Amino acid sequence: MRLKISHTTRYSFDAPVSSGMQQLRLRPRSRRAQEVTEWKMTLEGAVHEVSYEDQHGNCVDLITFERDCTELAVHCEGEVELSESNGVIGRHTGPVPLWLYKRVTERTKAGPAIKALLKSVDAGNELGRCHALMPAIAKSVVYETGSSESDWSAEEALAAGRGVCQDHAHVMIACAREAGLAARYVSGYLMMDDRTQQQAMHAWAEVHVPDLGWVGFDPANEMCPDERYVRVAVGLDYAEAAPVNGLRSGGDTETLSVAIEVARQSQSQSQSQ
Amino acid sequence: MLGKTANGLFWMYRALERAENIARLIETGQRIALTRLGSSEDEWRSVLQTSGSLDAYETFYDEVNRDHAVDWLLRSKDNPGSVMSCISQARQNARMVRTGLTTEVWEATNAAYMVAKDSLARKVPDRDMPKVLRMLRQRAGMVRGATHGTMLRNDVYDFARIGTFLERADNTARIIDVKYYVLLPTVASVGSSIDNVQWEILLRSVSGRGGFRMAYGAQLEPRGIATFLTLDRRMPRSLAFCTSKILGNMNYLESDYGVRLQSTQMAEDLQQRFMRMSIDDVFDYGLHEYIQKVLGDIAAIGHQIEIDYRFYE
Amino acid sequence: MGDTPIFDEMNGMGDGIRRPYETFNNWFEGENPKELRAKQREAEELFRLTGITFNVYGRAEAEERLIPFDLIPRIISGREWQRLSKGIEQRVRAINAFLHDIYHGQEIVKAGRIPEEMISRNEAFEPKMIGVTPPGRIYTHIVGIDLVRTGPDEFYVLEDNGRTPSGVSYMLENRETMLQMFPELFSTNRVQPVQTYPTDLLKSLAACAPASAGDRPTVAVMTPGIFNSAYFEHSFLADQMGVELVEGNDLRVMDGKLCMRTTQGYKAIDVVYRRIDDDFLDPLNFNPESGLGVPGIMDVYRSGRLTIANAPGTGICDDKAIYSYMPEIVEFYTGEKPLLENVPTWRCAEPEALAYVLDNLEELVVKEVHGSGGYGMLIGPTATKKDLALFRRKLKARPSNYIAQPTLALSTVPIFTKAGLSPRHVDLRPYVLCSPQGINITPGGLTRVALKKGSLVVNSSQGGGTKDTWVLED
Repeated sequence: MRLKISHTTRYSFDAPVSSGMQQLRLRPRSRRAQEVTEWKMTLEGAVHEVSYEDQHGNCVDLITFERDCTELAVHCEGEVELSESNGVIGRHTGPVPLWLYKRVTERTKAGPAIKALLKSVDAGNELGRCHALMPAIAKSVVYETGSSESDWSAEEALAAGRGVCQDHAHVMIACAREAGLAARYVSGYLMMDDRTQQQAMHAWAEVHVPDLGWVGFDPANEMCPDERYVRVAVGLDYAEAAPVNGLRSGGDTETLSVAIEVARQSQSQSQSQ
Repeated sequence: MLGKTANGLFWMYRALERAENIARLIETGQRIALTRLGSSEDEWRSVLQTSGSLDAYETFYDEVNRDHAVDWLLRSKDNPGSVMSCISQARQNARMVRTGLTTEVWEATNAAYMVAKDSLARKVPDRDMPKVLRMLRQRAGMVRGATHGTMLRNDVYDFARIGTFLERADNTARIIDVKYYVLLPTVASVGSSIDNVQWEILLRSVSGRGGFRMAYGAQLEPRGIATFLTLDRRMPRSLAFCTSKILGNMNYLESDYGVRLQSTQMAEDLQQRFMRMSIDDVFDYGLHEYIQKVLGDIAAIGHQIEIDYRFYE
Repeated sequence: MGDTPIFDEMNGMGDGIRRPYETFNNWFEGENPKELRAKQREAEELFRLTGITFNVYGRAEAEERLIPFDLIPRIISGREWQRLSKGIEQRVRAINAFLHDIYHGQEIVKAGRIPEEMISRNEAFEPKMIGVTPPGRIYTHIVGIDLVRTGPDEFYVLEDNGRTPSGVSYMLENRETMLQMFPELFSTNRVQPVQTYPTDLLKSLAACAPASAGDRPTVAVMTPGIFNSAYFEHSFLADQMGVELVEGNDLRVMDGKLCMRTTQGYKAIDVVYRRIDDDFLDPLNFNPESGLGVPGIMDVYRSGRLTIANAPGTGICDDKAIYSYMPEIVEFYTGEKPLLENVPTWRCAEPEALAYVLDNLEELVVKEVHGSGGYGMLIGPTATKKDLALFRRKLKARPSNYIAQPTLALSTVPIFTKAGLSPRHVDLRPYVLCSPQGINITPGGLTRVALKKGSLVVNSSQGGGTKDTWVLED
């Protein structure tokens, strides 16, 4: 499947920003079952400083604000060719030792609620347990746009009983780590069958299970990622995989608007370009 | 050179210059007290006014008297303009710009600080006052001497000099500002004994008695004193002298860096418009107005230098 | 340890002046103690004037203090030094190889030579360094290896300082002071020079510059500021190398480089010798509360356009639990037996070790694994009952936070006291520079001396002093 993606993040500031910068994790990389055929990033109100690959293999771009800017926009556009892999990423590679993904972070600390949830699913082996966790999570944390805070922990989301995909992913990761498995957070795009316009990126989890290696689990949609999923960045939790990590001085209040379009490209369309 | 270093040098030398000037003001004040001419309290009030710290003084003390004034000006930690505070500040800045200084300059500054800290640790007894004040002035002079004798004539030196002369011009202008009325031509030219005292105070405040005698003769007279303090280019503390030094060092920076900046233009304007007048023009302009104008310009130049040479982010 | 005979480096075991000290001793016997005392005061005056001070923390007003200087030099023969420096070089090579390995394949863990928890549970392990290869493959550009001696040929490594070893300015100023006070000593003794250290440091740092730097890389020293305890050393080194001394607020990321604000605009830096802890280095990547660092400096570093010396994450080799594995580490990476010995160490994380340590606490030295500066440590033989009880509780509560070592009979070197020469315990910190061009060890280093009779604590923060350290040309 070929997806055409366009993603614009626009910030308006009430006052000029005297200085600031953002670390962006917005560039998908080619890997098994995912080929990035075209990708372009353009900036307004900021300049590009450096790019590098972080410890998780994510592409990172550092941008700095132009002096006294009042509006900043990051626009990404590209095409990705995907094939079905049933959510399986495979063997662990790269310099990060697998044990690092067992590290519990503030957001993925297992409290009583996580432990109880984990206990409630019992389905034989690790893979089965992960599959069983997805509907359990979706049930315990009802999806509701804008219902959670971005710094919520898995435990907090469970307590609230509602959340967004980020919270589902954190709960999944917390459960997996509590069960002794390596797990990580994935931020990316999801093509939706009923619309192309979206307000936010998607998030899910990957768990390292015996024999298969890394496997993706999307509790929000209760399924393993298929060829509609574009993997952009991974990390121990949201903080490490977030599309934007920034700081600034000045600027006062910011207004954020996000416009994402994920559309399926028919073979002929893409060839004609 | 780092903008921070230029900033540190500028303020290090300003603080040293100020320490020396304040020490001199205290000496003058003491002198008046001893000769008992005029009201001592009034004189200390004008000394405090000249130092720019009368308002702050009054938040700490209910009345102006010699003991409090001297302690305030010499040792007070609450007074950022006290001799001790200035010397600490100079040394603090010297520590910050240590890589820009020669060992000799650093050691002279550090020694000045150690001597000051030692001799100003307790209230200075009256009989030791002249000795302590002399020593402090000498220590400041030694830093200046080491600067002259060992520092490269580069941007480091330029910022040090600009700081020195901006502070000095500011000090001289303040000294005149507080007493300008005793120099006005309307004052009897022969002068009463009170005038004579006031004129002498003015000259003492700038260590200018000997210089004045050499250039203008033994007879004190207001027009000569006014000229001496403002426009006389031979007098190292006159406004004209300081301005020409500021401008000279800014011109060196300009040719070093190959760019003309606004602060240089401002110094040039000050020189052209106000330092080449005759003393009659100054009186026509109004001595008070003239001093106010110069004080304002000096402050503005200092501010523009901070911007032009990126002292701060 | 009262019964253990103590080796004195000047007088041996009381069997006459040892060879390296002979010439010095002849000179000393001809000197008038009164004059020497005057010289000692003169030296202190000199230090005060030069401003060789360190700031003491934890007081209302930052107080600057002198580190006491003792005028009797510590003398090491050329032969002794040669042996030592071979061992130091081997160890430093191993440390760099170890750092590269743990931030890449972790082969040493896979080979089962050190347990995974040593890395995975180590707070000093920096995940953001995983996969990063610094320019020139050097992680610790400047290393200080703390050595102690117990006999003529017995040296032990007490600690490795791969993060930010301090004190090198004292090594240089101590020599300068001796040269000024007793020039004649240096014509009768052939002492190997240390004064090339700043030039060597600059050369070594420049040799580690990233590929993006030109032929003449710009080096700068980064300090937390004038209130830092080692500020004097920061400015001293910048001054001696002729490079800028920068603080976080002089720096910013610009045009893909780390740049410093000069009077003429921003100028790129290629190599930054930072004397600021990892945590404070970059508020964007590390502690967001840090006002001392530069946001984005890690991003520039990871893009390969900057050298940070020492690299972030090198603190793991200062860890005292890792230290206990150093013999394995040296062997694993060099394929050789370690030339320098470790002090035998009990890792309290191991139950049998903990049991032994608790049973023998009165005879042992207990240290925190991440501690430094002589803080948070227990010296069994001199500890009070209260301290022993306190450490017993601490050990039981968090055993993995501690290691224990036997109390060594540290060698002594005489200091000059009112009553003449009197032996005091010493240690030695040689300074090592690493670059792709090789390893450079300054002959000598910093000798720290416990000024209190019988005391084993040499740290300046705990009242220790320093001596000039001579390595003779044989």
